[in-house]
Amino acid sequence: MTDARIPAPFLVPGTSSFSDFLTANAPDLLPASRSLPAGNAADLAPHGTTIVATTFPGGVVMAGDRRATMGNIIAQRDIEKVFPGDEFSVVGIAGTAGLAVEMVRLFQVELEHYEKIEGTTLSLDGKANRLSALIRANLGMAMQGLAVVPMFAGYDHDRDTGRIFGYDITGGRHEEMSYFTVGSGSLFARGSLKKLYRDDLVAEDAVRVCLQALYDAADDDSATGGPDMARRIFPIVWVVTADGARKLSEDEISALADQVVNARLQRPDGPVAELPGSDGEEAQS
Amino acid sequence: MSQPFYVSPEQLMKDRADFARKGIARGRSLVAVQYADGVLLVTENPSQALHKVSELYDRLAFAAVGRYNEFENLRIAGVRLADMRGFAYDRRDVTGRGLANAYAQTLGTIFSSGGEKPYEVEIFVAEVGATAADDQIYRLTYEGRVADEHGFAVMGGDSETVASYLTEHYTGGASLAEALKVAVAALGHTGDGDRVIPVEDLEVAVLDRTRTQPRKFARLRPERVGELLGPRGTPEHAAPLPDDGGPGSASTAPGNSGPDDPADPTDQVSGDTPPLEGPTNGEPPIAPPL
Repeated sequence: MTDARIPAPFLVPGTSSFSDFLTANAPDLLPASRSLPAGNAADLAPHGTTIVATTFPGGVVMAGDRRATMGNIIAQRDIEKVFPGDEFSVVGIAGTAGLAVEMVRLFQVELEHYEKIEGTTLSLDGKANRLSALIRANLGMAMQGLAVVPMFAGYDHDRDTGRIFGYDITGGRHEEMSYFTVGSGSLFARGSLKKLYRDDLVAEDAVRVCLQALYDAADDDSATGGPDMARRIFPIVWVVTADGARKLSEDEISALADQVVNARLQRPDGPVAELPGSDGEEAQS
Repeated sequence: MSQPFYVSPEQLMKDRADFARKGIARGRSLVAVQYADGVLLVTENPSQALHKVSELYDRLAFAAVGRYNEFENLRIAGVRLADMRGFAYDRRDVTGRGLANAYAQTLGTIFSSGGEKPYEVEIFVAEVGATAADDQIYRLTYEGRVADEHGFAVMGGDSETVASYLTEHYTGGASLAEALKVAVAALGHTGDGDRVIPVEDLEVAVLDRTRTQPRKFARLRPERVGELLGPRGTPEHAAPLPDDGGPGSASTAPGNSGPDDPADPTDQVSGDTPPLEGPTNGEPPIAPPL
């Protein structure tokens, strides 16, 4: 007689982690459990590029451009690379898009699964740690060019502040205090953020700062997509506050992006930073 | 050679069913009520930490009465099944019917296998759809039967009395406040008269299709429940549950001569009540305040 009941491993109490449960019982569902033949597979799959994030008093903003590239080819113009982790956190992804999107999906279920089984949410550090574990599981493929390097941000209710976590391909995790960038255009975006960030931004200005940084990244990095005025494709922006994570609507983003683009028509290099010590004019904004 | 006693299969099944039924009837009732925006689940549960109603998936809720350790295992299995299916396919592919079937097979197999004690649980799997007509309440009994309930459903405790009150007073398409009032009144209704259940003893959750998030399950905090219920009479805590002394109750585990008295340190008799339940009343203990 075949036993039609729910398989025994499902009924065994113990782990509250969905990825641990899959590792033990359905490893084929995990995005990272693949062994590849030797060689570099980096150019075979689309790559996602630049993600930026800044904190502001009361929360954190994360924004990502919309381009995925495959070598010199633009693989996709409207890819989404910033996702909600749960109600109070967001994940942005850079690196191999296919694996990264699956990893985010697994991460989302991981957080929700814990919440349902335990009846309580993970701390923000706990969530960031779980993401480390998922990235580390992908290390083998990362060594062959299929790296996934996400960025995690969320609102910490214990500290009443927005926080940003950066990662490396080994799952190494570090907290960034004010702003962070990841992906191919990250160097240019970081330079831009350095000059535009200040610690008393309001949410809308934090979004403006992120859009400026993405514009600068797209200006100098061919793999980062700028605002596509013809197709009206603009960056994806998420704002996380104590009330939860919210994706800015197309109307909100297109209004802000139009402001950024119009200002660049006047001054293509963007806003000028103050230069203390000089007797020159006030800084433009 | 000694002759083993012959027990007819009918008698065997009847004994097992009686055992499970008595275990379930010892707890308090749980009510599921369909209202305009979804499904409302209410029970009397003084514990804030050990839930009888919980979330399974986006549109699915789980509610159970009976032994906490047994239904908690089934709940975890359901969450794992649902999350795994949603991850492997799509979130929309997780349905109440699928989970109800899995539970039915599990309970049915355990009930009819001779080697295991039947589960003393009864379960609701509630599902909220796009419209009230798509809402479902599946009732699963200890022997693996599945029933599709409409309007309202009651399980556990003195379910017949509660159900008869609801039959009289339930109206379809009610607002949340109205549905909650009827459900709470039904839970407080007994043959001897009606009792006002204190707000803090109520566990209330809804599957609300008007929520903007994909996850439609929400617990209602005591303040909100109080607000919805409005002014009522003097609240009265429930009397401790009587130990009926039937099979499955701690006091009459085979070979026991007297009742298992946890207060008596010289009492050597150990009942079969797992530590998560109070040995005298079968209720989950109240967690210490956080």
